[in-house]
Amino acid sequence: MKLKLLVAAMAIGLGAAASAPVIAQGTGPVKIGFITDMSGLYADIDGPAGAEVIRWAVQDFGGKVLGRPVEVLVADHQNKADVASSKAREWVDKDGLAMLIGGTSSGTGIAMSKVMAEKKRPFIAIGAGSARLTNEDCTPYTIHYAYDTVALAKVAGTALVKAGNKSWFFLTADYAFGYSLEGDASAVVKANGGTVAGAVRHPLNASDFSSFLLQAQASKAQILGLANAGGDTINSMKAAKEFGITKTMKVAGLLVFINDVHSLGLATTEGLQLTDSWYWNQDDASRKFSKRFFDKYKRMPSSIQAADYSAASNYLKAVQTAGTSDGDKVMSTLKSMKYDDFYSKGQVRADGRMIHDMYLYEVKSPKESSVPWDYYKLIAKVPGEQAFATLADSKCSLIKK
Amino acid sequence: MEIFGIPLQAFLGQLLLGLVNGAFYALLSLGLAVIFGLLGIVNFAHGALYMLGAFAAWIMLDSLGVNYWAALFLAPLVVGILGMVIERLFLKHLYKLDEIYGLLLTFGLTLIAEGIFRELYGVSGQSYPVPELLQGATNLGFMVLPNYRAWVVLVSLLVCLATWFVIERTRLGAYLRAGTENAALVQAFGINVPVMVMLTYGAGAALAALAGVLAAPIIQVNPLMGSNLIIVVFAVVVIGGMGSILGSVITGIGLGLVEGLTRVFYPEASSIVVFVVMVLVLMVRPAGLFGKEA
Repeated sequence: MKLKLLVAAMAIGLGAAASAPVIAQGTGPVKIGFITDMSGLYADIDGPAGAEVIRWAVQDFGGKVLGRPVEVLVADHQNKADVASSKAREWVDKDGLAMLIGGTSSGTGIAMSKVMAEKKRPFIAIGAGSARLTNEDCTPYTIHYAYDTVALAKVAGTALVKAGNKSWFFLTADYAFGYSLEGDASAVVKANGGTVAGAVRHPLNASDFSSFLLQAQASKAQILGLANAGGDTINSMKAAKEFGITKTMKVAGLLVFINDVHSLGLATTEGLQLTDSWYWNQDDASRKFSKRFFDKYKRMPSSIQAADYSAASNYLKAVQTAGTSDGDKVMSTLKSMKYDDFYSKGQVRADGRMIHDMYLYEVKSPKESSVPWDYYKLIAKVPGEQAFATLADSKCSLIKK
Repeated sequence: MEIFGIPLQAFLGQLLLGLVNGAFYALLSLGLAVIFGLLGIVNFAHGALYMLGAFAAWIMLDSLGVNYWAALFLAPLVVGILGMVIERLFLKHLYKLDEIYGLLLTFGLTLIAEGIFRELYGVSGQSYPVPELLQGATNLGFMVLPNYRAWVVLVSLLVCLATWFVIERTRLGAYLRAGTENAALVQAFGINVPVMVMLTYGAGAALAALAGVLAAPIIQVNPLMGSNLIIVVFAVVVIGGMGSILGSVITGIGLGLVEGLTRVFYPEASSIVVFVVMVLVLMVRPAGLFGKEA
């Protein structure tokens, strides 16, 4: 019996193997925090490399702002909302954190946004996709910087429905992000005259997708919408190909990162349409950043990693302009300034949504791809005002109507 | 015809998929049961060995051009030898101690192995192609079954049967079982017990690696693939009765079916249904379905 207890205890403990966070002491430096999935299923699209590019942004800014040194604190939230929010709280209370960048996983993003709002310090959500961050759960201190589920749904969904793919079935990850994505995409499909045949929800990190895919196939819908991310998207696409689902249905990955395409290979992903906020090969400045990244990591950066750099560097500019690291004053600068760098050009709206262009890409065939990581061709550039939800549709309490 | 509101055809399809997953659980829990039954080690490194098997196959193909069929033998061989090294270097010092030491040691080894592969290959994973001979799918009338999945079931069942036969029905198996009962006595009969124990752990590791090679073309080869699965496999072994070889095989297949059906009727619960079964079984039979009361 003792042994069984141990096994059960280890089973619970296996998920909790944390890496030690870096904690700095003192009050002088301006401290930027970064909490993301450092070792789990989203670690490649953000993770340690995301932390590194934030450090680059600080170095490139000169390592100082207003004559004070800038420090970067990094922690692993292991995709657990309670870990994320307690780490954020600890940093603000004990280390005097000035600003927090939130990484992947929406549950953690929403949890951190509440802590930062309570502490009145800026929170820039990047890896998290749920549009709730600027709707039901909006705060005066949250900026949603890179993408959100509404934009993913609007850009890819509109294009696909208009191309004649009217009936949809969703394979949805069973947590906040999956629900948001499924809900937003369903709304877009219906608004454009399409129908939703049904949805099946799978646990995060599911071990096998064949059963869910069979249910999707039975729906006889034209499009299989994957409202999941990372390893789950990869394994669902792999199984879809294996079970011949791709012969009767077209697969639409609602959130696909370049790392996923790389991992699956072009033979499996060829022709897939996807939405992203940035692509490494989009212009000279992006290629320059990406080369620097490639030299260190031997892979190209994801849009999230590019946004990590951009957000950290724009925050430092805002502190410089505001002449203080005070949360309220920096926030008002962040919401009034213009953003213009290799990642994007845009502006932050009153609800905290950063409005910038989004792109619809199609994955190249193995023949079309000429150099390593040459994966996407641009189908459409969608202006920010059309890609994101309009203020009129906002459910954010900060917006007076 | 419908069963609980699901068309019969879809129902049969889901049962078959449950069987495929059950075959994996059976193969993995078999190795665990062998190691626990004969060595008394709670091998938490089993998931890591499974991952290593998959990676070994992928590395062999990617950089050495070794094909799937050769990898099916070579990867378990390599990982089996690694298992024997682990047994000689670490585990042999722990047999006289409480079982928790073996559990903690193998847990630590898992974290190290996962950490190394995460550092080297990242978490997105690598693609392993389905071997040419097994590509394509067969239409069974009620569903389209990829040939490769049928192959997995076949291999798993054959290996499970062979392992059970060796341990329960051969002279070698009798030595093994006797050696674990009373090592000193068996040693006195001129049998080298330490070598036998080392080979047993190696064989258990090789079984995990074989499961890894079988899984490689189905799921992405990824440093975390083992830890995603190991907890479920432990639950299978606990439900079947720790150390019971036949029990773990039958339980593995049975739970694959239960999980498969849960995916149809209430998909959100599919990741925890195994643990619910575990709780229920332990309440009624604390030693597991096929275990002997201590």
